[in-house]
Amino acid sequence: MKLGVLFSGGKDSVYATYLAMQKEEVVCLISLISKNDESYMFHTPNIHLTSLQAEAIGLPLLEYSTSGIQDEELEDLKQALSLAVEQYGIEGIVTGALLSVYQAARIQKICDDLSLWCYNPLWHVDPDWYMQTLIDEGFEIIISGVFSAPFGETWLGRQIDTEALRLLRLYAAKYGITLTGEGGELETLVTDAPFFRKKIVVINAESHYANYNGRYLINAAEVIDK
Amino acid sequence: MILLIDLCYRPHSLGEDEFVRPIADIVKRCGYQSEMCHFTEWESVAMDTVEAVILCGTPLRDTLFKERPECFTWITESPVPILGIGAGMQALVIAYGGNLEPNSEIGMTTIRGVSDADPIFCEKQWTAYELHRFSTVPENIFMILAESDACIQAIRHREHPIYGVLFHPEVRNIWVVERFLSTHVCHNIIPSSE
Repeated sequence: MKLGVLFSGGKDSVYATYLAMQKEEVVCLISLISKNDESYMFHTPNIHLTSLQAEAIGLPLLEYSTSGIQDEELEDLKQALSLAVEQYGIEGIVTGALLSVYQAARIQKICDDLSLWCYNPLWHVDPDWYMQTLIDEGFEIIISGVFSAPFGETWLGRQIDTEALRLLRLYAAKYGITLTGEGGELETLVTDAPFFRKKIVVINAESHYANYNGRYLINAAEVIDK
Repeated sequence: MILLIDLCYRPHSLGEDEFVRPIADIVKRCGYQSEMCHFTEWESVAMDTVEAVILCGTPLRDTLFKERPECFTWITESPVPILGIGAGMQALVIAYGGNLEPNSEIGMTTIRGVSDADPIFCEKQWTAYELHRFSTVPENIFMILAESDACIQAIRHREHPIYGVLFHPEVRNIWVVERFLSTHVCHNIIPSSE
């Protein structure tokens, strides 16, 4: 089955891509570029780097711009998926949805309207198993945004390794954050993974942080051989 | 051992990750061992070790199972409790001679319990996640336990512990699976250290 992956470049959409490539034919990645920082569906820091990730993976990327305004962005998603059907012949899509019924239901409805299959292979995955698996399987993931206490500025640009996961587990127990960041506490960017043909190196980045709210903005990055 | 049956269109599809694995996780957290089996391979299972069967759901467009009724003839002769979820409920209803009718529902819905005599479905009302293209028209051998404005949401066989739920309890209502297991399968629990 020819599938497209809704791709933000964060750990969930990258791992969903990895799973999908093992079981079906992934023919393209699809990124919605939101102009709205408060988008319910699509905003993520460093979304502009998905083109480098697509190059590193070796898949074509379909980029589609969205206003990020609620409801309008759903119509934009529908247009983007229609374009993917036209350009790549996708029969279905894959998402990295973990728990959000809000997102999952809306995407399911759009797929149903377009007669597309919809897969969410990380749906209700055990958070601890998932985060440990990402590290064990060699996914290189950096924190590209923090949006809640107790995350300090030092978390921006930090790689999720064993020590970081130990702290995340501690924070989850003490502060009630979700281990995966599903509650909006943090955003991630994947720079390398077992199925990447090449990897991404950050050349220049800057942190913007205040009151437990920060973004790690990558100004320059390149794809290099592994 | 709890047998989890995958109703997706082929073994080890992406649908297994989405609809079988979450149920396996709930079963494990409840302290039971489980095994997965694709619905086309049910004859290969050593049924003497099976304490209960859970028929898992499928993606919205994955309805191949309903074209293969010969794979579900064992249901009416099952000596162990069965819980059908989503597509699993549809398969149960078909196995007992009932029908499906087009009825597409996606998202959260309010469900009302209509029987206070069942040990699993004793709540008056709850919200649940639904994802289906067909609702069921069960034979009278099933009693209705719960319904939404749109359709029947939960049924039970009048004589045997055979249940069907159209909504997806793995999303917001894991108590359905927990109570099914604690009520109808009460032994061979894995020690918590495992």
